[in-house]
Amino acid sequence: MNTNADTQDFKARAADYGQRYGILIALVLVCAALALANEFFLTQRNIINVLRQASINGILAIGMTFVILTRGIDLSVGSVVALAGVVSASLATTSATAGVAGAPYAFYIALSLGILVGMVAGWVNGVLVAYFNVPSFVTTLGMLSAARGLTLLYTGGRPVPSLTDEYRYIGTGDLFGIPMPIVLFAAVFVVALVVLTSTRFGRHVYAAGGNPHAARVSGINVKRVRMAVYIISGALAGLAGMILAARTGSALPQAGIAYELDAIAAVVIGGTSLSGGVGRVTGTLIGALLISVVNNGLDLMGVESYYQQVIKGMLIVAAVMLDQARHKHA
Amino acid sequence: MTTPRHDETPSARPDASEVVLAARNVAKNFGAVRALKGVNFDVHRGQVTTLFGENGAGKSTLMKILSGVQRPSSGELILDGRPLELSSTVDAQRNGISIIHQELSLAPNMNVRDNIFLGREIMGKSGVDYAEEERQTRALMRELEEDIDPLTPVEDLRLGQQQIVEIARALSVNSRILIMDEPTSALSASEVEVLFKVIRDLKARGVSIVYISHHLEEALTITDHAVVLRDGVMTAYAPRAEIDLEWIVRNMVGENFDLGQPPTGYAMGTPALELRGVSVPGAAGGMAVNRIDLSVKAGEIVCIYGLMGAGRTELMECAAGRLPRAEGQILLHGRDIDELSIAQRIAAGLVLVPEDRQRDGLVQTMTVGRNLSLASIGNFTRGLFTRSADERAIIDRAIREVTVKTDGPDAPIGSLSGGNQQKVVIGKMIATKPSVMLLDEPSRGIDIGAKAEVFRILSDHARAGMAVVYTTSEVGECLSIAHRVIVMRRGRISAEFTADATKEAIMAASGESLVA
Repeated sequence: MNTNADTQDFKARAADYGQRYGILIALVLVCAALALANEFFLTQRNIINVLRQASINGILAIGMTFVILTRGIDLSVGSVVALAGVVSASLATTSATAGVAGAPYAFYIALSLGILVGMVAGWVNGVLVAYFNVPSFVTTLGMLSAARGLTLLYTGGRPVPSLTDEYRYIGTGDLFGIPMPIVLFAAVFVVALVVLTSTRFGRHVYAAGGNPHAARVSGINVKRVRMAVYIISGALAGLAGMILAARTGSALPQAGIAYELDAIAAVVIGGTSLSGGVGRVTGTLIGALLISVVNNGLDLMGVESYYQQVIKGMLIVAAVMLDQARHKHA
Repeated sequence: MTTPRHDETPSARPDASEVVLAARNVAKNFGAVRALKGVNFDVHRGQVTTLFGENGAGKSTLMKILSGVQRPSSGELILDGRPLELSSTVDAQRNGISIIHQELSLAPNMNVRDNIFLGREIMGKSGVDYAEEERQTRALMRELEEDIDPLTPVEDLRLGQQQIVEIARALSVNSRILIMDEPTSALSASEVEVLFKVIRDLKARGVSIVYISHHLEEALTITDHAVVLRDGVMTAYAPRAEIDLEWIVRNMVGENFDLGQPPTGYAMGTPALELRGVSVPGAAGGMAVNRIDLSVKAGEIVCIYGLMGAGRTELMECAAGRLPRAEGQILLHGRDIDELSIAQRIAAGLVLVPEDRQRDGLVQTMTVGRNLSLASIGNFTRGLFTRSADERAIIDRAIREVTVKTDGPDAPIGSLSGGNQQKVVIGKMIATKPSVMLLDEPSRGIDIGAKAEVFRILSDHARAGMAVVYTTSEVGECLSIAHRVIVMRRGRISAEFTADATKEAIMAASGESLVA
């Protein structure tokens, strides 16, 4: 009887650890395997490379985490990346034809406007979802199309080239030797972590996703919370779009296509439940790193990129299957 | 208190002429938990046998074994004097045993006809013979005296009507033994009467019925035999004619039970909550609540009694800010609160413990502690950030105050029993330090021990000055801690009683009639 109880206790604890650290263990194992298979993997240059590749998807995925925690989805982030990128770039370009009148403006004006464009797109999503009860899948699918269309209208389908050096700093510069995309990714992660774990708003997000009815009876303004998460997701998509433009030196109207899928993949691999209320931004961080590490590792081993897509697909499904199996045991 | 003359404790070998289905020494273990500890149970041929017991006593487990959903860990089933092994529900149906589950298992997007014949469609020459299915469905509905068109989508039906469809489905497979697990929990009084008439017709046709209900008074009106289960052990068997409600309750809980008296020995304060001519529009048009006037003083406990659909829930939800009102005024300590949101009403001291605990009360993905602190997040937020030490203090106090039995604040909310979950919902609201507490059916679906504790908690807080309004559909609960009993009928107040009223008078005022 006693040993039985102990075993159950052990199993419960093992399941709990699995839930918390399973994905981290997977990341460590993959890294260890790659380190053994390829001496180049653990070099500083490659590690920086992996992190930099993870940063744009990671920033998008953190915004997506907020949305998914409230039982929603944001399919529009890829298009918002492009829209915010071209609008803000048109203020920071030295090109006479691609820029707006008076360009180039100071980099902080261009950057603020990019964030603002993302927030407005997110606000439209949020209002439709929260106050007009349009399902988030439909709302953001509409925005995916509309924002892409606006991007093409705004640019006439042409890239916005010749960005100022100050503007390009967020994509190519570094802080104490760490590339700016990684610094920004880390900053976004820390802020999101604090917001979700130790603010009133964070608690409201979990409650509104776990059970919106109960949250409402408990005095939580669920509609406002739902609107806010889309604005957050939009703002981060705007940031990601500008980092992308700054890195490549010009903003492309076709940037960010299908980025929403990698962002959702990182969130799901990180253990956040699509049915809402359960998940951690730490999981999303690890999910984004895992995707990046796998891509990098397959590159290093010379695996054809077509295979990479197949492997990533299997990774997503396997992560969710593991999650389901865990919940069945719990 | 009666003592039955006949002990109906099952004999070792059931008499097949009287007992159609029997369980002997049936035990069921789930891991280390012993849900059934070797029980004997007789289903009387052509009669109604009711199984009484608190939540968690093992009733549902026994029913699942009788209907083939689960296999017993040990013991045997005997059908018509012969041993029976059931491998599945289909197997049970082949032997004439059907169960109507507490949770409805209908496909809401499909119509009544398709639901009734789901999985055993009548095949004609060219596919499903819809005409024949429809004809049979109409015949079933006629039999059940329900005017439901076979082509209505189930989601358009009221919950009570859906229950009727579920019953029709069980009837359509020609069951000899029909197990009904809480069939009346969603039915209105008139629908219950129809159901009871159907049960009598079924008996006349020789169908044996196993009945389970939390509504003890109701079950007593229909049953022929009473069997009581407590903690996985059968405690009593008797014919209906020789027992009463008290006998059942005593055998269910193992002691004489008392839900308390109205707290006395203190002066009540000024009116805390006043409703003046409040009307609330109903979902189906018309007024669910029709010009209600009600005033509750600080320290007073008021019970609102009424049948389903009397407007109790709408009244409570309107006062709490969940439903808009059509007209009238709601005053909290003399202040008009019309403009206030739910959050502002909570901050002003008015809270609601909603009727549907799972839907509106709990966040299932959160721990016990986080559910308890959910409505008072502002009280442990300093500046931008929440303080875990302050939160922990609020949670610990709430757990103590409402006596939640839990492994600790970090336990998942789903690990608690129904009664303890209800205490968490109440504790969450008490943590906001309310001056007026509204509770919609606080005793629904919780066992009698937890009921008594809930009433004690309310009583203690009333003594400390809180105004309490609770609704109930069990008349016994009106005459416990309430200083005043208000009876609602079709959206209006039909009568008002003091604590010394009789059950009969209260029920008569609600429009309820006791089926003799």
